[in-house]
Amino acid sequence: MAQEAVSAGDAQQAGWETIVTDWSSDKQTFRVPWGKAMMWIFLLSDTFIFTCFLTGYMNVRISTTVPWPNPSEVFGLDVFGVSVPLLLIGIMTFDLITSSGTMALAVNFGYRRDRGRAAALMFLTAAFGAIFVGMQAFEWTKLITQEGIRPWGNPLGASQFGATFFMITGFHGLHVSAGVVYLSIVAMKVLRGDYEKKGYEIVEIAGLYWHFVDLVWVFIFAFFYLW
Amino acid sequence: MAAEGQQHPLKIYFYIWALLFVFSAASYGTDFLPHNAFRQGLILLFMILKAGFIVAIFMHMAWERRALIYAILGPPIVLLVLIGLMVVEGDYTELSRLNFFSPSIAPAGHEAGHGAEAAH
Repeated sequence: MAQEAVSAGDAQQAGWETIVTDWSSDKQTFRVPWGKAMMWIFLLSDTFIFTCFLTGYMNVRISTTVPWPNPSEVFGLDVFGVSVPLLLIGIMTFDLITSSGTMALAVNFGYRRDRGRAAALMFLTAAFGAIFVGMQAFEWTKLITQEGIRPWGNPLGASQFGATFFMITGFHGLHVSAGVVYLSIVAMKVLRGDYEKKGYEIVEIAGLYWHFVDLVWVFIFAFFYLW
Repeated sequence: MAAEGQQHPLKIYFYIWALLFVFSAASYGTDFLPHNAFRQGLILLFMILKAGFIVAIFMHMAWERRALIYAILGPPIVLLVLIGLMVVEGDYTELSRLNFFSPSIAPAGHEAGHGAEAAH
């Protein structure tokens, strides 16, 4: 009843008035599926966690009097004898952007009730995520075994480099791994037709999580690898 | 209740996808520039553009109602305060360390001096 009254009044409202209407009176504030609102709030809390990590990292990087190791060289790869700076990280960035695109398409096909394509694109997204984690494992192995980088110190410069690197990329990698599992489960359920009655918001919700993981990588790439 | 929410033509996703590839390539390109304010500005610019398009288009924020947009994008503004405070704090800590570790005031024979020498 109240719902109808509000939608009837929508036509005359614009800007701030919609905020007052949505937050006032005893009714649902966010006109999105409950799960989607909760996912957004979870992502908001995750934003605070990652910002605290990155701010902490920047703080120790600013305050140390020992030179910071040059990420461009540390993460460079030798390709046929030529050293290419940040090559692996560049590939990882493009891998994650690609997976974000396939995820966006999956959401679209989900709402079109094209189960096959939606599930296939979600599996593809999860596969790109798994490749990302694989490359990260390779990167960690190289840093630990060849460069001798440890959370408590390294031969290249400021010892905070290892501590912040392993914590930030480790926490992000954990998110990607969790996302791969999450996407695979939802994709399987989509394929099985579990959401035929409920609708396909779940694909968009899983997509929000996945895009967020990509979003965090944008900031890690900028502040840890390029800065 | 919207029957099937957030339905948009596929074209816009492909367009943004391509745009994100271009920005990623551009931000990778900044790694070949010398370390200075110009490079840092470009890093920030491409970072914000990428983040903005992901949130607005891929995460559909551009089509949500204001109640949700402000509830999610508003709170992170306080993080800018934290970042600002920590930059000031970091600079202060570094200055204190440079002062404390500098050979001129460190006690004779004290080893702490090498910190300042290694600084850039």
